[in-house]
Amino acid sequence: MGETIKLHYEVPGDDFTRAGEASSNVKKVLKQLGIPPQITRKVAISLYEGEINMVIHANGGHIDVEIADNVINLSLKDDGPGIPDISLAMKEGWSTAPDNVRSLGFGAGMGLPNMKKYTDEMRIESVVGKGTDIFMKVYIK
Amino acid sequence: MSELFHSVTLISDKCKGCINCIKRCPTEAIRVRNGKAHIISERCIDCGECIRICPHRAKQAIYDPLDVMFHYKYTVALPAPSLYGQFHNLDDVDIILNALLKMGFHAVFEVSKAAEIHSDCTRRLITENKLKKPIISSACPAVVRLIRVRFPELLENLLPLSAPIEIAASMARKEAMEKTGLKSEEIGIIFISPCAAKNSAVKNPFGILKSEVDHVVAISDVYPKLLSFMKEDEMEENLSDSGIIGVGWASSGGEAAGSLVENYLAADGIENVIKVLEDIEDEKFSDLDFIELNACSGGCVGGVLTVENPYVARARLKKLRKYLPVAVNHIGSTIPEEANLVCPIEPITVLPLSNNITEAMAKMAALEEIEKNFPALDCGSCGAPSCHALAEDTIRGIASEGDCIFRLREHINLLIEEMSMLDKFIPPPFRNTEGDTHDSKNNGEEPKK
Repeated sequence: MGETIKLHYEVPGDDFTRAGEASSNVKKVLKQLGIPPQITRKVAISLYEGEINMVIHANGGHIDVEIADNVINLSLKDDGPGIPDISLAMKEGWSTAPDNVRSLGFGAGMGLPNMKKYTDEMRIESVVGKGTDIFMKVYIK
Repeated sequence: MSELFHSVTLISDKCKGCINCIKRCPTEAIRVRNGKAHIISERCIDCGECIRICPHRAKQAIYDPLDVMFHYKYTVALPAPSLYGQFHNLDDVDIILNALLKMGFHAVFEVSKAAEIHSDCTRRLITENKLKKPIISSACPAVVRLIRVRFPELLENLLPLSAPIEIAASMARKEAMEKTGLKSEEIGIIFISPCAAKNSAVKNPFGILKSEVDHVVAISDVYPKLLSFMKEDEMEENLSDSGIIGVGWASSGGEAAGSLVENYLAADGIENVIKVLEDIEDEKFSDLDFIELNACSGGCVGGVLTVENPYVARARLKKLRKYLPVAVNHIGSTIPEEANLVCPIEPITVLPLSNNITEAMAKMAALEEIEKNFPALDCGSCGAPSCHALAEDTIRGIASEGDCIFRLREHINLLIEEMSMLDKFIPPPFRNTEGDTHDSKNNGEEPKK
């Protein structure tokens, strides 16, 4: 048993321009803790993609990060519309993002696939009409 | 009439009078006289096209030398986001910002930070819905000048906000004064610019009374010096303070994307900008909310003072922005005072044909008469960019019909005909040969035999 560091973020859903602040903050914390840069990068990217999805599609939610000495646990929960077809959503290039965020570089359809690629474990639980929970683990080697 | 400072100058010795620039100037502001190009000040919009096209590098941009930073007790660097796209293999903006400090600046204030504030103000104004649609961006000084000279009816569509560079300069100066306690004159606010037109906008500001920027230096001057200070393995201080929207302003489409408007158009390159403005005049874009216009191809990364190919810089910026927060800077409940314009943006009148309408119409008719006699080739050999321009110059008294070499050829041909006719009338003692080339019908004489 060791000490873990817990971080909690409320992601507002009403202002798209604030998206990405939580993951930016986590990145700073990991840097300060001296976590190896490749691990920090993986966590930052997967958290970023999840956070952006949360704002674009789910009207916000909350993010919990737990840093232990051998693993980083990420949990993203929202009360959004849910994902009707998870396997379709996991397909590269599949996106339901609106046009005005595409001009900022989003909507390429790589969010969920990237989250799977950069983490060691990923689990999605989603109920249409209720919300989505995503759990990810990144091991610190 | 003011507006006489322009950021383009001619190195006379290098100018060969080749007429390349007169054909490219979008406002027909250049004439070639006495073998050298001359810029008509009232028509020049500082777009830099002549600088780009001149094959002899005779046209150059005017900006301040780097050593102006040593004239102040405390200097703040204002890097344009275009700077971030100039470097190969860069993945962290902090490396550049720290290098600027090592170079000798006391502080750094990113223009992209002010750009995000500008974008937030824009979004606020759009929600308030009091602006005339389509809204035209006012950040590119060459475009604003073009509208003032050629499309003054569109001035009321301009976004009534101060450009990000001015917002940045005001905020940076305030911060510096608060931090150091120094007087304003002791603080140097220095913009690191991709573009020469910004220099004109600082010396001859529109919409505000005085620019808060002290000097404009070129990215091309700063780049080689910065390289020596950029070492990636050092621990970098966290200086970067802007997100996707702010950094995105450097490429065409960035400002429009930051407004989060669905119906927008972003055009770049002065010829395309002119086409769009003409179409707006003809009300072809009534369903668009926002129109972003950049005089340089690719956006600000295509400015004449940059080092890198604009499309390469654009691709690099896309990568740099990828995992940044969307925007780091936001405004409070009201638009900050640094962002507001203080005075209206006035049209610039190029000298009319006459102040009296009747006289002007008469001159216009005379102009058309003269133009009819020109071959409509727009060849430029007279030193004017088009036959119409030469006709107008003639009416204004600064050129003449004889300047056109085709008219000259016509006159020469006439002279040749007359010369050959004259030969027939030479009195007999001086005729070249017996009984030839004199026209007996004309003078009634019997041929001498």
